[in-house]
Amino acid sequence: MFDFELFGWGILESLYMTLGSTAIAYLIGLPLGILLIVTEQPRDTANYTTKNWIFRIIHVVLGFITNVLRSIPFVILLVFMIPITRGIVGTATGSTAAIVPLVVGAAPYIARLVESSIKEVDKGVIEAARSMGASTGQIIWKVLLPEAKPSLLIGSAIAVTTIFGYTAMAGFVGGGGLGDIGIRYGFHRYQTDIMIVTLILSIIIVQILQEVGMRLAKINDKRIN
Amino acid sequence: MKPIIQINNLGKTFVSKSGDVKALDCINLEIFPGEIFGIIGLSGAGKSTLVRCINFLERPTSGTVQIDGLDLGSLSSNELNIARRNMGMIFQQFNLLMQRTALDNVCFPLELSGVSKRKARERAKELLEIVGLNDKLKAYPSQLSGGQKQRVAIARALATKPNILLCDEATSALDPTTTTATLDLLKKLNQEMRLTIIIITHEMSVVEKVCNRVAIIDDSNICEMGSVNDIFANPKSEAAKRLVFHKKEHDIPFTSKNCYRIIFDGRSSFEPVIANVVLECKAPINIMYADTRNIDGNAVGQMVIQLPDEELAAKRILHYLNNKKIPFEEVKNFV
Ligand SMILES: Nc1ncnc2c1ncn2[C@@H]1O[C@H](COP(=O)(O)OP(=O)(O)OP(=O)(O)O)[C@@H](O)[C@H]1O
Ligand SMILES: [Mg+2]
Repeated sequence: MFDFELFGWGILESLYMTLGSTAIAYLIGLPLGILLIVTEQPRDTANYTTKNWIFRIIHVVLGFITNVLRSIPFVILLVFMIPITRGIVGTATGSTAAIVPLVVGAAPYIARLVESSIKEVDKGVIEAARSMGASTGQIIWKVLLPEAKPSLLIGSAIAVTTIFGYTAMAGFVGGGGLGDIGIRYGFHRYQTDIMIVTLILSIIIVQILQEVGMRLAKINDKRIN
Repeated sequence: MKPIIQINNLGKTFVSKSGDVKALDCINLEIFPGEIFGIIGLSGAGKSTLVRCINFLERPTSGTVQIDGLDLGSLSSNELNIARRNMGMIFQQFNLLMQRTALDNVCFPLELSGVSKRKARERAKELLEIVGLNDKLKAYPSQLSGGQKQRVAIARALATKPNILLCDEATSALDPTTTTATLDLLKKLNQEMRLTIIIITHEMSVVEKVCNRVAIIDDSNICEMGSVNDIFANPKSEAAKRLVFHKKEHDIPFTSKNCYRIIFDGRSSFEPVIANVVLECKAPINIMYADTRNIDGNAVGQMVIQLPDEELAAKRILHYLNNKKIPFEEVKNFV
């Protein structure tokens, strides 16, 4: 019943899609999240300069795009993205092709996670850095990111497990992985045993990913001992 | 002497949906090199706003701030960042980087100004030694007490060798013993490095312990300014009186009329004034309240006395005080 080759490949494909798309999605989502923070302007427009207005427009536009992308159900995004994926990867099927819609779905989600992690950084600490003459870039690199690191790592644990869930859906469009196995054998051929194995494997993988992320966050947090 | 900080007609109005808040109105202030200058006022008076205007964390809506003759308002943001390295700042909540050790916190401003890692560490170690924390180099802020955190913050604020240190309620989160130790440290730094210190506080005792001069800020304005000695001995404005006398007079349980406050300058408190009054005027005096203290080596303070009901005797006593040039004033509604 337990087909090592079938499940072995399934696990590898799932992990490949999950970790690959998480990594690329962070390359887009992290700067996007930072940009959302940096361009945030005080609500009161009385003392706005041109720079304030430019930042505000960037903030609103980015926020809008992020929200729109986040509100598209992933299954629909998958189908919608097929021609674009074909344009980028050359094919719309297979694990590598699945990474394209996964990144598009995950990046805005990650941007919001990053934004909320950075917002947790104590305003007083930022103010202290400003009083020492820190530039905006120095505040981002030397204050915001290091101080938010534990929270960012917890966010990445949440992101990676959510994206793992998305990869199962990618199975629908022939992305491979455990989701694909579950659909092909469990759903179309009524092989309940394979369905159950897929389910258990998924639970174990999510648990491991979650646990690793949380441990990393804890080790990296110097606030509590 | 040329002032190190010169503030002219400074105003700051916060604009918000619920209406404008005038936090500061036409502030004029000169602070000289090597001074410990206190700014005291009740909550919401505008103290924090004022100190944040000194390093332009808050941009004033009107007026100018000059540091060493340099008008901060005329600087680009880059130049302003460089000017800020000449002004350290410490806070009520310490505001240390929680993910950095004490040593790395002190290195932080040096990294910002491009000092090499090795040099920064050397200097940071020196500074932590000065503030008495050489055994806590590797400790994270979460492992330090409030007083120790503030010491790290002081070391960090001094890392770039500033001439000015701004303290916003720096001792308000500390217990009395730690407060005294921290103030002693500030005084030591003031004397050894000729550091100009601006202390914001709502506690008179802080001003009394370390400041040379003090400005009392009330409702967005400086209502009184002068040497700590003078203001303690003889507060003129309502706000100053409230701060100097306020709490203590409430401690006194009974009501009475015919009460006078005698003010001691350094000289008269060493004379047996009250005994002399009683002997000379042959009239009894009721001492309601007395408080004298040592400020900068001078005894200053106040005493509230109740004169006898007999009018003639009371007049005699007041006449005697007048003759001896001992300042006094009637205290109405002394509760
Ligand atoms: N960013 C802001 N926006 C709007 N109003 C503000 C802002 N900062 C301060 N204020 C207002 O300005 C006034 C002065 O505030 P400030 O913080 O300077 O007082 P403070 O004397 O430091 O008081 P405390 O002793 O409580 O710290 C207050 O009425 C406050 O509500
Ligand atoms: Mg304040």
